[in-house]
Amino acid sequence: MSLGEPCGTAPRVAVDVSDLPTYSFANRSLMWWGTLGFIAIETSGFGLTIASYLYFAQKGQSWPPDSPPPDLLPGTVLTVLLLLSLIPNQLTKRWAQAEDASKTRLGLVILCIAGVLPIIVRVFEFRALNVRWDTDAYGSIVWLLLGLHTTHLVTDVVDTIVLTALMFTRHGYQGRRFSDVYDNASYWDFVVVSWLPVYFILYWFPRLVS
Amino acid sequence: MTAMDHADYPRDTNLDDTELSRRLTRLWASPKGLIGFLSTTDHKVVGRRYIVTAFVFLVLAGLNAVVMRLQLAQPDNDLVGPKLYNELFTVHGTTMMFLFAVPVMEAVAVYLVPLMVGTRNIAFPRLNAFSYWLYVAGGAMLWIAFLVGAAPDKGWFSYAPLSETQYSPGKGVDIWAQMITFTEVSALAVSVEIICTVFKQRAPGMSLDRIPIFVWAMLATSFMVLFALPAIMLASTGLILDRLVNTHFFDTLGGDALLWQHLFWFFGHPEVYLVFLPATGMVSAIIAPFARRPIFGYLAIVLSIIGNAILSFGLWVHHMFATGLPELGASFFTASSMVIGITSGIQIFCWIATLWGGRPVFKTPLLFVLGFIVIFVIGGLSGLMIASVPLDTQVHDTYFIVAHFHYVLIGGGVFPLLGAIYYWFPKITGRMMSEPIGRWHFWLAFIGMNLAFFPMHLLGLWGMPRRVYTYPADMGWGTTNLIVTIGAAIFALSFLVFFWNVLVSFRSGRLASANPWGAGTLEWATSSPPPPYNFLRQPFVTSREPLWTERGVLPVAEGLRVDRRELILSSVVDGDPIQIETSPEPSIWPFLAAIATTVFFIGSIFTPWAVVWGTPPIAVTLIGWFWPKGSKEEVD
Repeated sequence: MSLGEPCGTAPRVAVDVSDLPTYSFANRSLMWWGTLGFIAIETSGFGLTIASYLYFAQKGQSWPPDSPPPDLLPGTVLTVLLLLSLIPNQLTKRWAQAEDASKTRLGLVILCIAGVLPIIVRVFEFRALNVRWDTDAYGSIVWLLLGLHTTHLVTDVVDTIVLTALMFTRHGYQGRRFSDVYDNASYWDFVVVSWLPVYFILYWFPRLVS
Repeated sequence: MTAMDHADYPRDTNLDDTELSRRLTRLWASPKGLIGFLSTTDHKVVGRRYIVTAFVFLVLAGLNAVVMRLQLAQPDNDLVGPKLYNELFTVHGTTMMFLFAVPVMEAVAVYLVPLMVGTRNIAFPRLNAFSYWLYVAGGAMLWIAFLVGAAPDKGWFSYAPLSETQYSPGKGVDIWAQMITFTEVSALAVSVEIICTVFKQRAPGMSLDRIPIFVWAMLATSFMVLFALPAIMLASTGLILDRLVNTHFFDTLGGDALLWQHLFWFFGHPEVYLVFLPATGMVSAIIAPFARRPIFGYLAIVLSIIGNAILSFGLWVHHMFATGLPELGASFFTASSMVIGITSGIQIFCWIATLWGGRPVFKTPLLFVLGFIVIFVIGGLSGLMIASVPLDTQVHDTYFIVAHFHYVLIGGGVFPLLGAIYYWFPKITGRMMSEPIGRWHFWLAFIGMNLAFFPMHLLGLWGMPRRVYTYPADMGWGTTNLIVTIGAAIFALSFLVFFWNVLVSFRSGRLASANPWGAGTLEWATSSPPPPYNFLRQPFVTSREPLWTERGVLPVAEGLRVDRRELILSSVVDGDPIQIETSPEPSIWPFLAAIATTVFFIGSIFTPWAVVWGTPPIAVTLIGWFWPKGSKEEVD
């Protein structure tokens, strides 16, 4: 009995798979699970960084030690922008799942803009932290936390831009590209959702404990 | 897709075996030439390279150990000085843990998991190739640094603040920290591949309760990697930032050195289980065929594996008992350290029951399994001893600890691994390993290992601290250390015998049939070595040991195209076929992306600006990687 090389015996066919689809969406697709795996990795990354922040915070007599808490304006504007971006994001997911090429392209273009805007605001956010990374442990951990989220933000926006370009070429007519758009939008959900605890920790936690 | 299209594509349906084999070979074979060598996406080729590379690192780190043992063989020895000795134990531990123990387990999984679940390739095979090149680059960086005299010398856990710039000028620690980044990125990628392969690419009919135990073990291990490795990446990033741009995470100017220990051991304890869990999976895989019966207590073993995976995250503080933690915290971690003895114990009893109820055939793979049980139980018992705070405080940083973790890691990792090599060597190479040389290997390894490490318990109890490059004669440790060195020499000799066996068997060993041990799982359903396409027809699974249940011809699924690389996706729980997935064809881009990433990582040891100029090349190679090239695999 060998399924490796020809053995001459007639195969015992139990099932025929030739009618199965060659792409699918959400948890039926392989890439969705791969994306989820990386989201799990990054969630533990965020979790541990926040835990380190809290570890420093519970040690000190006052928190933040020697600097005022970050200014609220840029971070809050960015939070609102990210939350608003969820609307085109959900729509794009729906359009992709319906395999509507023109609407999906429109959605992607909107998402590119909705992704670049927060990156611009993010520059001002770093300036509003009111502490340098080399001032003290507090400065180090807030820069790291904001830097970690920025990495995710920039990576996904670059990914969205490349995917948008791809969807405007002949390759964009494939059903599996719509599944890619769906997965990319799912990852953006993560970029937005992971920001909320970071926003709370960076901006509101120091105000609540002081 | 219309009915017309469906009929148009050439499929395996109604193709005779010879024609099917010819077409699939042309389709799945790795490309030739240097570019082809660098481009392959075959999990078996990458897995083989991974395994060989990991053993190269084992030899290198083993040579570190040989030099250390020669130095300690007699009191007041001056073979090596303190600085070189520090480098030796640092590079030894770092290589063994980060470049051998964990990677070799993942390497075996990269080779075997797709075969065991009955699919044609691993999920995300290009990511797999990428992860291998990163691993090689990280390991090469550490060893080149060692050879040119720029090695790290702060121990495999690089405790802060000793590892901060103030006390460790030079680039050694930075190289250590970036080596972590290389290997962890690589391990994380492999874990995602394994999770996706196991969840989505199982052969039709392989429901969750029909997964081979080794595959369960690798699944649990991969999940642990997802949650444990980010801790060490965070820690090493913080350390390198402290050293490069003057942040204050772990230094004495406002940082916190204990945070380093928390982060390191939050990773470091699960790390031990990243070695141990796959090893238990190997043991279960080996015991069943050699006991000539299905494994006893399948469900209990699977639940113990998952239990161990979860519990291992609640143990890290027992590495920090000597740091003066609150008593309640220490008690909690003592209790959890004892609890994990229960889940580990369940597995051991299941193995014993399997052997008891079977008709054991004592071939070399089983000898290593039995050796594992003996050594690991000793290591487990000394583990229970040091789970208790007063005893741990007494023997902390002595040779007792060195004895304990070598018993656990060699017993719980290396012995099952060696058994696994003997067991799966015929599958990988198509030839059997020599049984007589195998027995010599086993007994030399078993005697050498115990002679080398058991006396260390005594040295530790007598107060000999670890990491000292020499000791005065009047301490009275000389004779025992000489015995340890003799044991180490025998243990090293056993590896020479092993490599001799591998070499001789690879060239002229007896040819192996598809299933030389009469085992029941799917990797034995294909020829030895497997063809590039793994299975001529896709297996359809009806039980846990398909090869034992189906006496005649295995049932198969058909309907896959033969003009492009296709495999079947199945549902997560029941393993029902739900989709046809294309498997990416070979590509040079993962290799180029690995080079760009290497430049980025090494550059950032020297300047923070590497983050700026190092990113665009990575982005370019990733876009090149993912941008469609017009192959058949990229369309619906």
